[in-house]
Amino acid sequence: MASGSLRLPLRRGRLGTVSRAGRRRRLRVLAFLSPWLAGFGLFFAYPLAATVYFSFTRYNLFTLKYVGLDNYRYLLHDGDAWTAMRNTLWLVAVLVPLRVLFGLGVAQLLTRIRRGGNLLRAVFYVPYLIPPVSATVAFVFVLNPGTGPFPVIARHLGFSLPDFFNDAAWAKPGLSLLGLWAVGDVMIILLAALLNVPRSLYEAAAIDGAGAWARFRHITLPTVSPVLAFAAVTGVIETLQYFTQAMVAGKVAAGQADLPGTQFAPGYPGGSTLTFPQWLYDEGFRQFNMGYACVLALVMFVIAMAFTLLLLRQFRAFAGEEAQ
Amino acid sequence: MRTSTTRRLAAALAAAGLGLTACTAGGSGGQSGGPKAEEKQTIEVWHGWSAPHEVKAFQDAVAGFHKLHPNITVKLVKDQTDDRITNAIRGGNPPDVVSSFTTDSVGQWCQSGAWQDLSGDIAGSKLDLNQFPKPVQQYTQYKGRRCAMPLLADAYGLYYNKALMKGEQPPRTFSELTALAKKLTVRNPDGTIKVAGFMPSAQYYEHQVQHLATQFGAKWLTPDGHAAFAADPAVKAYLQWDKSLIDWYGYDNVKKFLHSMGQEFESSNPFEKGKVAMAVDGEWRTKFMQEEAPKVDYGTAPAPVPDGQDARYGSGFVTGTVIGIPRGAEHRAAAWEFIRYLTTDTGALVTFANALGNVPTTIASLSSPGLTLPPQFKTFLDVFKNPASATTPPTPNGNDYVVKFQQFVQDQWEPGKAGDLDKALKDLDGKVDASLKLAGG
Repeated sequence: MASGSLRLPLRRGRLGTVSRAGRRRRLRVLAFLSPWLAGFGLFFAYPLAATVYFSFTRYNLFTLKYVGLDNYRYLLHDGDAWTAMRNTLWLVAVLVPLRVLFGLGVAQLLTRIRRGGNLLRAVFYVPYLIPPVSATVAFVFVLNPGTGPFPVIARHLGFSLPDFFNDAAWAKPGLSLLGLWAVGDVMIILLAALLNVPRSLYEAAAIDGAGAWARFRHITLPTVSPVLAFAAVTGVIETLQYFTQAMVAGKVAAGQADLPGTQFAPGYPGGSTLTFPQWLYDEGFRQFNMGYACVLALVMFVIAMAFTLLLLRQFRAFAGEEAQ
Repeated sequence: MRTSTTRRLAAALAAAGLGLTACTAGGSGGQSGGPKAEEKQTIEVWHGWSAPHEVKAFQDAVAGFHKLHPNITVKLVKDQTDDRITNAIRGGNPPDVVSSFTTDSVGQWCQSGAWQDLSGDIAGSKLDLNQFPKPVQQYTQYKGRRCAMPLLADAYGLYYNKALMKGEQPPRTFSELTALAKKLTVRNPDGTIKVAGFMPSAQYYEHQVQHLATQFGAKWLTPDGHAAFAADPAVKAYLQWDKSLIDWYGYDNVKKFLHSMGQEFESSNPFEKGKVAMAVDGEWRTKFMQEEAPKVDYGTAPAPVPDGQDARYGSGFVTGTVIGIPRGAEHRAAAWEFIRYLTTDTGALVTFANALGNVPTTIASLSSPGLTLPPQFKTFLDVFKNPASATTPPTPNGNDYVVKFQQFVQDQWEPGKAGDLDKALKDLDGKVDASLKLAGG
C-alpha cells in the first residue's frame, strides 16, 4: 500500500539529514503516486478549494466580489432550494430502495426461470440502454391523460390513471415508475451476484430444515450484501445528481420547449420535479449566481458524503453481524 | 479499523466530489481587438430564429451586407438560446455577433460585461441614436452602458377569428373581453372546452404574465429597483380578472384545454386551428398565419385595457430582438460593421421586417413605403409607435422577477392555492428582492 510505504523510516545521515538513498526512495514513492496525486489534485482538491472560495463571493462569471456569508444566508431563505432538497431526498428515500428491491426481485425471479430466461433478461435490461431523454419523453407521452395509450386503455376498462407529470402529487411517483422501468443496471449486477451464491449452502440449509425465507435471509442476503451496498451507494449518488429525467419530464409535460426567448422555470408541475442539481444548474448557469451555486454544490457534497458513509457503515455492520 | 475508515472516507469523498467540478469549470475570456474591418475574414453570427422563412430572411439580409463588404464572409448559426450564448462567452469561445429575443436580459449582459459596451463604436461611426424610438433606446442599455443595438421589434395585440366572432367587434376593455369570451365559448357536453372565447391562463402561449399584466398597467419594480407586486393595484387587478375568468371555465377544464393544445409555432396552434376566438399574440403571428393558416379570416386590434383607462387603449407590450458583440469576439471591427448595417440600413431593415413579419426599429423604416406587410400588421406598427406602450424593466438578473411572478400565477394563483393574496404578493416581493440582491442589484 502506498500509505504504508510512506510511513517507512527514512535513513538519515550523521547530521540528521535524509540520506541519498532515502531521498531516492521518497522520490520513487512520489513518482509512483504522482498520477493519483495529479488526478486527486486536479479533479478533487482544486475544485473543492475553488468551490469553497467562490462560495464567499458574488461571481457572475465575469466579475467577482467578496460577499462574506451572504450566499449562505440567502440559502436559509431560498424556498426553491428547500423545495429542491425535499424533492431530491424524497427520490433518495423512495426511488433508491424501490429500485434495489425491484432489481433484486427481478434478478431472483430470473435465477429460477428455466425457459426463456435469456429473453426475459433482455426485456428487463434493454430499457436501461435507452437514452434517458428519449425514455422520459416517451414515458410522458405514454402516460398523457388525454392521448396516452395507458390512460386510454384504463378508461375503457372503467377506471382512470392518475395524471402523472401534470399533477404535483403524482409527478415524483411518475419519475419513480420510470426509474423502475429502467432497472436493468441494478438487476444485472444482482443477477450476477445471485448466480455466484454456492448451491451447496442452500442444500446444506435445506437439509437443516431452513425454509425459503430463512435461506434468503441467512444465505442469499449476506452473500450478495456487498453488491447490494454497491447498488445502494451508487443509487444514492446517482439520485442526488438526478437531473435529466426530471428536467425533461417537467418541460415536456408543461409543453415548454427550450426555444430562444422563452422563459423557463424548472420543476413543473408546481415545483414537484425540481431537484437539487436542477436548482444548482439554474442558479449557476442560467442566473449566473456562481457564488451561490457553489454553496449549493457544497451542500450537495456534504449530503452525498454523509449518505455514503452511513450506507457503507450499515452494510459493513450487517455483513459483520452475519459473519459472526 | 483505521484502514476501512480511510477507505470509506475516500470512497465518500470521491463520490461526493463529482458534484463539485461543475461549479469551477472554465475561465473568462477577455476583450480582443482582432483584424481591421477592411481585412478578409469570416465572422460568426448566432441568432435565435429557426423557422425556414426566418432563417432565409437572415440569409437575405446577410447577402446585402456581403455586397457592401465583400471581404467579410458571414457564417450564420440559427436557433441559439441565451444560455448557449452565455456559456459560449464563459467558455472563452464566443461567436463574433450574438442576438437574443430576451430584451429583459440586457441589464444582466451590460452590467456583467458579457456583451461589450458599444458606446465607442457608436461615437466612432457618428451614429445618431435618435433614429430609434425612445423605448428602443431604453431597452438596449442599462444604467448608461449601451451593450446592445435593436434589431427589429415585437409588439403585442389582439388577434380575433372573424368567423368565430359571429359579427362582434373586438373588445376595447377587459370587461368587454370577459363578456365576449363567455359568449363565444363553446363547450362539449361534459363541460370541457371545445372553443375558448379567450383563454386567460398565463400558461397559454403568449398570455404570459408580462404580456397581459402590462395591459393592466403593471409597473413591476419601484423606481429604486425593488419588487412592486404587493403595492401595485394593477397587478391585483390583473390577477383578479385572470382568476375570475378561469373559475368561470373551471380550472380542471382549463387544464384539459391547455394539455390538448398544439405547438405554438406550428400549424397546430389553437388560434390557427380555430380553437380560440381571440388571443393576444406578437406581430409575427401575421407571418405564421400567411404560411400556416392562409384560409383563416382574422383581424387584429390593440389588446384591451382596464375600464376607465380609455386613454391607454392602443398601447401594448413591446419588446425587441437585440444584437451585440460578446466579450472575447475575435473579429470586433467587422462585427460592428455587420451590426451597424443590420440595425440602421433602412433597406435591410425593411427587407428583414417584410420577411419575418417583425416591426422595424428605426423611425425611417417604420414609415417606409417598402413595407409590404398584410393589412393586419398596421395594428402592431401603431402599438409600437404608441407612447404608452411599455416593456418590462431590465435588472441585473434579467427577467428573473417575471419568471418568479409567472411561477406564482401558474402554480399557486390559478389553481387556487395562493391563500391570502396580499401576503402571497409580499412574499413574492421578498423573494424577488433577495434574488436581485444576490445578483448585485
